[in-house]
Amino acid sequence: MSETVADDTTTSLQAKFPSATLRESLDHPAVNVPVGEAVAVLEWLKDEQGYDFLVDVTAVDWAENVSPRFTTVWHLYSTAKHTYIRVAADCADDADPVAPTVTQLWPAADWHERETFDLMGIKFEGHPDLRRILMWDGYPHHPLRKEFPLAGIETELPDIEVAEETEAKVIAAPMMGGPFVASNKGEMNMTDAEPRAKDESWNEKLPKPE
Amino acid sequence: MVSPNQDVAFDNKIEGDIVISRLDAVINWVRSNSMWPMPMGLACCAIELMGTASARFDIARFGAEVMRFSPRQSDCMIVAGTVTYKMAPHVRRIYDQMAEPKWVIAMGACASSGGMYRSYATLQGVDRIVPVDVYVSGCPPRPEALLDALIKLQDKVKRSPSLKNLTA
Ligand code: SF4
Repeated sequence: MSETVADDTTTSLQAKFPSATLRESLDHPAVNVPVGEAVAVLEWLKDEQGYDFLVDVTAVDWAENVSPRFTTVWHLYSTAKHTYIRVAADCADDADPVAPTVTQLWPAADWHERETFDLMGIKFEGHPDLRRILMWDGYPHHPLRKEFPLAGIETELPDIEVAEETEAKVIAAPMMGGPFVASNKGEMNMTDAEPRAKDESWNEKLPKPE
Repeated sequence: MVSPNQDVAFDNKIEGDIVISRLDAVINWVRSNSMWPMPMGLACCAIELMGTASARFDIARFGAEVMRFSPRQSDCMIVAGTVTYKMAPHVRRIYDQMAEPKWVIAMGACASSGGMYRSYATLQGVDRIVPVDVYVSGCPPRPEALLDALIKLQDKVKRSPSLKNLTA
């Protein structure tokens, strides 16, 4: 699985930015660049190579004990050449990852970066308005990080008055043995795949805890 | 034998016969047959709620066609969809703004229990923040199921001691 994809753009990119290396990819050309050069590379791709459309800004969390832990990824598309390119940059700090903003190049990056900040905790330096976008302001976690359980972590509701009135909290969701999982042999046995048994904290027989 | 008082504006030619009933029954009859919903459409179930309201299923047959987008004018909040924790306080605030008496229908698996969203972002049942009168199963429930829920709610309203509640 260590294939790389190269094309004219990656060749001239590596000529222009010698620190760029080809990145493993099964579909589109992809490069790794140092995080400090990311903006220069993206700007060059946009202005010189016609990659005018920012498809996605996202990030990868490789796991808690891995360093570098976070990689920020940009996907670009050329509306003239009809090709994609992927640019990735490892964030330097594993605890407090930082990446440069590209909102000055593509205004569309604004909400992508807010989402990546919200769910992954990547701080985009220079972003005009880096607030959470999906979770509420003041939520203490970044839910797509590897250490965050799918069920969630008990927290307070965003509204203190409503929380006092209803005594409701953000709770860890009862998983009932889920989520759906396929067997590792590749075939899907529906009986085994049903969410069952692992979490018995409440189910059809035991009442929902208050 | 009492002779009719012509000054009183009751004309049995127009109004029909006098009906004697309990005040409870009258109040409940009025309440249950003009249940104005507050459509709390938060996800896919809201599409089915719209289907219930439109011509084919026609919730108007049960007196609940006047969807009010102002909580102050509505009687019954239909929570149709996935309630996220971010949305939950707003749902509760809208519920608080509805005038008494008020009822809540939890439409669909999501509103009733969180549904398939066993996740950090989803409220695990809207009954954690507002009192629910009728739960409707289904993902999404068919319009008939919602109509059935409305009829069940009307039955519940018809059984309630409204006068006692009003004077309490
Ligand atoms: S119960 Fe199903 S249809 Fe209704 S809101 Fe949830 S996911 Fe959508």
